[in-house]
Amino acid sequence: MTDRVPRTDGGTPPVDEPGRAWVFGDDIDTDQITPSRFLVSTEPAELAEHAFNDLRPAFSADVEAGDFVVAGENFGGGSSREHAPLSLIGAGVSAVVAQSFARIFFRNAINLGLPVLICPDAGAIEDGASVSIDLDAGLVYDHDAGETYEAEPLPQFLQELVDQGGLEAYTRQKLATTSE
Amino acid sequence: MSSSARTITEKILSTKAGREVTAGDYVEAEIDAMVGHDVTGPLAIEVFESVTGEDGTVANPENVVFTLDHHAPADGVEAANNHNIVRDFAETYGTHQYEISDGICHQVMIEEGFVRPGDLIIGADSHSTTYGGLGAFGTGVGSTDLGTVFATGELWFRVPETIRFEVEGALPDGVYAKDLILRFIGDVGFDGATYKTAEYGGSAIADLPIHQRLVLSNMAIEMGGKAGIVEPDDRTVTYLERQSGLDVSLDPDLVSDPDADYEAVYTYRGSDLAPQVSKPSNPENAVDIDEVAGTPVDQVFVGTCTNGRYEDIRAVADVLKGEQIDSNTRLIVVPASKTVYQTCLETGVLETLVDAGATFQSAGCGPCAGYHQGVLGDDDVCLATANRNFPGREGSMQSQVYLASPATAGATALYGEITDPRGLETERYDDYAVATAEGGR
Ligand code: SF4
Repeated sequence: MTDRVPRTDGGTPPVDEPGRAWVFGDDIDTDQITPSRFLVSTEPAELAEHAFNDLRPAFSADVEAGDFVVAGENFGGGSSREHAPLSLIGAGVSAVVAQSFARIFFRNAINLGLPVLICPDAGAIEDGASVSIDLDAGLVYDHDAGETYEAEPLPQFLQELVDQGGLEAYTRQKLATTSE
Repeated sequence: MSSSARTITEKILSTKAGREVTAGDYVEAEIDAMVGHDVTGPLAIEVFESVTGEDGTVANPENVVFTLDHHAPADGVEAANNHNIVRDFAETYGTHQYEISDGICHQVMIEEGFVRPGDLIIGADSHSTTYGGLGAFGTGVGSTDLGTVFATGELWFRVPETIRFEVEGALPDGVYAKDLILRFIGDVGFDGATYKTAEYGGSAIADLPIHQRLVLSNMAIEMGGKAGIVEPDDRTVTYLERQSGLDVSLDPDLVSDPDADYEAVYTYRGSDLAPQVSKPSNPENAVDIDEVAGTPVDQVFVGTCTNGRYEDIRAVADVLKGEQIDSNTRLIVVPASKTVYQTCLETGVLETLVDAGATFQSAGCGPCAGYHQGVLGDDDVCLATANRNFPGREGSMQSQVYLASPATAGATALYGEITDPRGLETERYDDYAVATAEGGR
């Protein structure tokens, strides 16, 4: 296992700095985020090279750290593969804003410390727009359109998980407390 | 403490959390058994090692199971290396580990006795909902969840709301649990049960043998469900005794209370249902078979954690006994487990299928997720007993996959086009029904 790149806890760029919105439609499933033939790697940077490989090849080529993924309904349906949120973390995505999420993707993202926000108005954001987020207030700013959209704030338990950098950091803390 | 009526989901999660909880609550609960496979396992192992450091301890190694099923046998160097990561870990920490010949994680978990009514079971695989067919709360999680549970033995959950699907009366000949679940998914949509438990009940469900109940629970995830549960009964007990070698006594309270709070209840009359086919490229595209009958098919795939059990493969053999598959169609059969394989061998089902022109492969996931052993080319049209038909799921992004029951798959292989199994000689199905009546083989 030594040759594997160490995972980072909560290594996503700050969400309050503007970044480009990559806009996707409804029902983007995990097969489309990370096609199964690329699942042999678990390394975020390597997975990032194939993010949206078949659906939108330009993404992996042009995405920059601090960019956002914006999507419609039911983002991340399908298999439980953590490779999907991991590939977005590897690509430097700050957060995913969607009208709704599939359950396992939502859970995986929280566990990995990737902020995910449910925003019913996400559909109004245009591809390429400059956006940023106020996580505490649950607000999404569209700087190009000059609009602010309300998002559902995360329940407190989940906010704590994200704040701590994800489930790994949370568990490390828990193990440290119980072994004291 | 609340005195209100509860769903089976609320009851199981209350027991495991050690306090009374209802839908919407967040809990940390103890896990009874967990499984990872050759794709998700290595990542979970990495998480475990990252969390615990050099000399970590697995909290309950006797509850930890690994299978090698997605790339089995290994189809490339990286897959082979992943297998070895899992083998090494299992040996070091004393967990269970099954080999490339043993079969698909969900089938192995059930056959090997890791699933009991009332258990809380997780798998780093979305079809871990399958265990609900035996009255357990089974749910799919990510590798990070799994890796941290190796270390702590517990995990966080939001207690889900429940949607109930109620089916009364008998199902017509040629209509199976697979047809029911495709209809449910078609009606509520691909995300219709997101974050929720799909609970299945009514006289038609109570009449289903366990291998068919497992199909309902397995595909709860295709409507976004967190779990899919059938309340356990005497059939469950008989099945566990015969298939898993378990001696379980049923807790009479392990059912939803009659006035439990459901988010929605959908009711069906069994006799109204026709065989269903989900058109490409979403399971929710379910239609009565009439609408697509006659569509030419290049490949028929029978297998997966949905419909790769002995009774499923037997249903295909019943149709093909003494016949030849259509010369323009390929038939790929992949048993869900080694036990299924052996039963096919012992009963002559394997011989029947090979004689009919099938390609019969070793146990595992096969081409289900497009890895190997029968992936589809650009213009291929496939009818599969699988659970998903997303674009590119079984190979090329241009290929097309229809989902249907094993009986429909057998009829389709025979004629090379989507074929209604109700049109075929029926005594074979009667034979099949008798063999499975008790919930066993
Ligand atoms: S058979 Fe298919 S759906 Fe089931 S576990 Fe294997 S790849 Fe997943």
